Formats: sequence, structure tokens, C-alpha cells
Amino acid sequence: MKKVIMGNHALSYGAMLSRAQVIAAYPITPQTQVVELLSEMCADGTLDAKFVKVESEHSAMAASIGASAAGARAFTATSAQGLALMHEMLHWASGGRHPVVLGNINRALAPGWSIWTDQNDSLSQRDTGWMQYYCSSNQEVLDTVIQAFKVSEALMIPSMVVLDAFVLSHTYEVADIPSQEAVDAYLPPFKPEMRLTPSDPHAFGGLTSPEHYFEFRYKLQKDMEKAPDLIEKTGIEFEKAFGRKLGLVDEYLTDDAELILVTSGTVGLTARVAIDALRKEGIKAGNLRMRVFRPFPFKTVRNILKKAARVAVIDRNVSYGHHGIFYEEVKSALYGKGKGPVVHGFITGLGGRDVTVDFIKDIAAQALAKKKADAEIVWIGVKI
Amino acid sequence: MKKPNKMTMTLPAEELMSSGHLACQGCGAALAMRYALKALGQKTVVCIPACCWSVIDGPYPYSSLDVPVYHCAFETAASTATGVKAGLEMMGDTETTVVAWAGDGGTFDIGIQALSGAAERNDDIIYVCYDNEAYMNTGIQRSSATPYGAWTTTTPVKHFKDRPKKDMVGIMAAHHIPYIATANIAYPEDMFRKMKKAKDIRGTRFFHVYSPCPVGWKSRPEDTIKLGRLAVQTTYFPLYEIEYGEKLTLNVKIKERKPIDEYMRLQGRFRHLQEDQIAAIQAEIDARWQKLLSRAG
Repeated sequence: MKKVIMGNHALSYGAMLSRAQVIAAYPITPQTQVVELLSEMCADGTLDAKFVKVESEHSAMAASIGASAAGARAFTATSAQGLALMHEMLHWASGGRHPVVLGNINRALAPGWSIWTDQNDSLSQRDTGWMQYYCSSNQEVLDTVIQAFKVSEALMIPSMVVLDAFVLSHTYEVADIPSQEAVDAYLPPFKPEMRLTPSDPHAFGGLTSPEHYFEFRYKLQKDMEKAPDLIEKTGIEFEKAFGRKLGLVDEYLTDDAELILVTSGTVGLTARVAIDALRKEGIKAGNLRMRVFRPFPFKTVRNILKKAARVAVIDRNVSYGHHGIFYEEVKSALYGKGKGPVVHGFITGLGGRDVTVDFIKDIAAQALAKKKADAEIVWIGVKI
Repeated sequence: MKKPNKMTMTLPAEELMSSGHLACQGCGAALAMRYALKALGQKTVVCIPACCWSVIDGPYPYSSLDVPVYHCAFETAASTATGVKAGLEMMGDTETTVVAWAGDGGTFDIGIQALSGAAERNDDIIYVCYDNEAYMNTGIQRSSATPYGAWTTTTPVKHFKDRPKKDMVGIMAAHHIPYIATANIAYPEDMFRKMKKAKDIRGTRFFHVYSPCPVGWKSRPEDTIKLGRLAVQTTYFPLYEIEYGEKLTLNVKIKERKPIDEYMRLQGRFRHLQEDQIAAIQAEIDARWQKLLSRAG
């Protein structure tokens, strides 16, 4: 059924169709509509789930973990400060191997107070052991929640489905809402190997000596390494069932591109408008949109980028004292693999400043003009 | 000829806690768990945040409890228990009792927000705070449950704790939850009865369990039960229940109260106190007792 929905409601529909059983959430702008709709769905029986209206994001994740440990499918959503408050529990979810799925609306961190988008909130959670998907349309948000549960539960690793504040969270788009039967056929019920039950008592997460801890973390990484193939495989299955492919990345005109713009989130769609314009001017530009950030799809990124002479990575984030986070990751994917493209890094759009077609054209022009990447950060649109 | 005295077993013989636990000698927290599980039975899940019990239970891959245990983050005993209860119910298990089992630091301090949230929502959990009156697991640092006058490693003798213990039961009563009880490891039958009663009540139930710590209190392990008795007999730690934040019932009535000095002198943590300071503590306990008696009606 096609429906005009906002990005936040795409998360709600995704959770509903995934038959989330426990939702524990705390309100934060710009996430509120996600949980408002879910709470209505729980109240009117559309969704058979327990909705726990917790008193903080920290408790939201703790309750999600408890529910998951008891064997239930758990979903929550948050943004920025809320995600930062959850940080400790993000480690708990992955370390405890609880496949919770979390919707995060990318919002800039305070101070000063900002409710507008950038990626520093979710990228600050890079090393928590969560898979991270970055979406660029409401349809993709909805679809990704369903896929994320499937991949998470197969690997027992939690997932974060990320979308830009307002630019996507509050933008209404047509989305195809699949039937429950079709989603049920794609996503089987959650059946963990072990769970909290008095009929089979075990202790979870007890004091772990140096004799055992190392192996737990080794296994988490080993299972994370299985994720790229599984995301591709479940993405193809998704396409068979629903007609929309969900891969590690999303490419646009990369095959013959001399310049590939690497983006994530909604900036990718703006980049494509710029690319169309650049192509009319005779510049062969293309776009690689990173859908999955963790695990980082090294092989896929390498294979695509090696086709181009120049790459421009656009970051709506910054790792203070280093550079744009995607820029650094892309460079590390290419490092030591022979002669590759020149990789330029650009930082733009922090705190929700619009990333315009003109910005992207400027980025393309700079990347094409320079033979070598600048040693320092190139800021686009900063007023200094 | 005099008939020999016959002991009657007032608690079930069934043990859900094994002897292989890692508690110190004379640990009140170990006894508290043992008695609680005797009352709650096998259909129980216990959520344990950072506290002595995260060690007492035993290291991976062991557990001294014959019920499922979830070791959770320090401030999340209540919120984790809430999630577990919701999860179990969605799995079709509405019977299992979910217990949050935290120390005083995890309850009075870092976990109070999650506990208040669960209590306000009246989540269907039993929250047990075993109170040994300081951060004992990390090496005897003061918590807001540490009583006035006590020495700890962060309240050295020259700067002993000069603030009263936080009134946690009062705070919980202000949430109007269905059931609150104080309990004491030296009164196992009383604790057993109240745990059994709590098991059959729905909603948030809160237990404040007096739990001596010989290591932190500088008391002799063999005095643990004696201290428990004295805590009640001096009315330092009275035994009572509160229903819906209003109806208060005293469980053990004390006719002749013993002086607090008798209780304090068994513990090295109060050794530095002067007579006038002990008199002030006595006066505070007297006032608290009078208030309690008036509330008990």
C-alpha cells in the first residue's frame, strides 16, 4: 500500500511490520513522531507490543536489552543527546549480543543547543559494536528497519538505522508499505539460542576474567565480519520479495566516472542533482552513497573507487583533531592496495546548515582542480 | 524430666543459592539473597547491577544461583528488570517474578533515577536494595546510605560523614507503590513472610534490607546476626511495611529500646565518635522512632 509518510513514521512502520515486541523509548526532538505513532499502534492493538515509557534514554536502552535478553524483539529510537546518554548501554547491547534495533535521527550535539542535522552523534558511537545504516529516503528507512532486524538476529549484533534530522525525519514522501504477510515471510520470529528463562537458568554477563573476555570480543568482531555478505544477501532477498534492493552502498553513475563523490544520508540525493548538472557540462561525475558504515564495506568501496581518478568524500561530521570520519575510513579502505584515486576530503553542513547543489558543485570543482589532496581540512560553506 | 527443645523449621529447606558463592565471612547480602529466593522460588529472574553481588554470584562461567541472572549496568537494575518483565510477558510467561537486586550505591545514588521511573510507572518488579551503607565492593567509599558519623575511605575520621542517611523508604513511599517493606537478615521469618506477600502483589514492590558488612563496618563476622538484632532493638532499623505509600504496619514492636551505643560499639567505623556525637545520633533515632510510631497509628 502506498502512503505519504514522514521519515519518522517510516521508522514506526518498519518497527510495526517487524513485529517489535517491546518498545522502550524517551522523547527527544526530532525523534518524537517515531514513538508517538508506535505508542498509538500499541494502544489500538495494531501492534502487539509492550510500550515502556521510560524516564531516560539510558533506561530505554537498558529496558530494550532486558527485553531482548528475555527473548523479545526490541526496538527503540532516539537522537543526539539521547544517543550520547545511551553510550554505556550501546556497549552493553553489543557485548551482551542483544540484537536490538535503534532508529537514530542525526542531530547535532550541544552546546549550543541545536536540533538540526549532522552526523557526530551516531559516528561518535562508531566503536560500540553496533551495525550502522545511513538512509536517504523514507522508503529506505522503512525497508532498512526490517532488514536490520533480520541481519541483527542472525548475527546477534544490534543495529542502528540512521536518518537526517528534519531533512528526512520531517519530510513527507511516498512510501510503499509492504503487507504484513510479506514481511512475515521475509523476517521470521526472533528465536535466540539462549534467553532468560527459569526453565533453563543461566547467568548472563558475569564477572569475566582475562581468561575469557578476549574471546568474547574476538567472536563479536568475527561475527561483525560476516555482516557485509549477509547484508548483501538479505538485500537481494529483499529485492526478490519487495522489488527494492538494499545493499552495502548505493551507486549512481560510477562506472565511467572520473570523479566519485562519496556521501552518506540525504546529501547523496543532493549530490545526484549536482552530478546531473555536472554531466551536462561534460564532467563525468558519479556518486557512491555509503549505506552501511559499520561494518565498513572495505571491499565494495575499494572496488568502486578504484575505477575513478579522483574521489571527493563529503562529511557532515568532524573528528576533532583529525578530519572527516568518512574521509578517513575511505582512505584506509584504499591504503596499501596499489595505485588508487586521489582522495579529497570536505566538511560541510555541520549543525544543519544546508548542503546545497552549489556546495557540491564547488566540491567537485576543487577536487578536479587539485592534483593532490589538501593536507588540511577543506571546509565548505563555513562563514569565516 | 524436662522435655528436650525441638527445633521447628520455619523456612523451606529448598536452597536456590549454592554454597560456592564468593561472599566474605559474615556477609549480610549473601543471607539476604538466600532468604529472598526461599520465598520467591525457582520462577524468578534476578537482575544484578554492579555491587557486591556481581562478585558474590561467581565469575563466568559460574553462578551460585539456580535462577537466571542478568548482570546489568550499575544504574540500570530497575530499568533492566522492567525490560526483562516486558520481554517475558511477550514470550507468554506472566508468572515469573523479576527481581532487581542492588546495593545501596546502586539504589540510593546512581540507580535512583531508573528506580523512580519504574516505581512511578508501577512496573511489575520487586526491587531489593541490600543496604550495607557504603560502596563496599569498591573498597568502602561513602554513599548516600552511609549513616551520620561513619568512617569510610572517603569520609576519614577527621572528616567523617556529617550528613544523615538518605530516607530512601520515604522517597519510595512518595511514589505510592503498592508495597514497601524493610527487612533484616537477623529476622529471616519476617523477611520470608514479606517476600512471599510481595510475590503475590502486582506492581512495583520495594525492599530495603539491612545487610551488615564486617569488612566495611569493621565488625566481627560472627557479630552479623547480633548487629541485625541490635539494629532492630535500638530502632536504628525498624521493621515495617507500607502499602500504597500510606498504610504503615510495624512488624516488630520494641518495648524497651536498647541504646544506640550498644550497637555502635560493635563496629570500628564509629569508634572515633565522642559521647556528645553519639548522644546526637541517639536523639535523631529517638525522633525518627516517634515519627514512625505516630505513623503506624
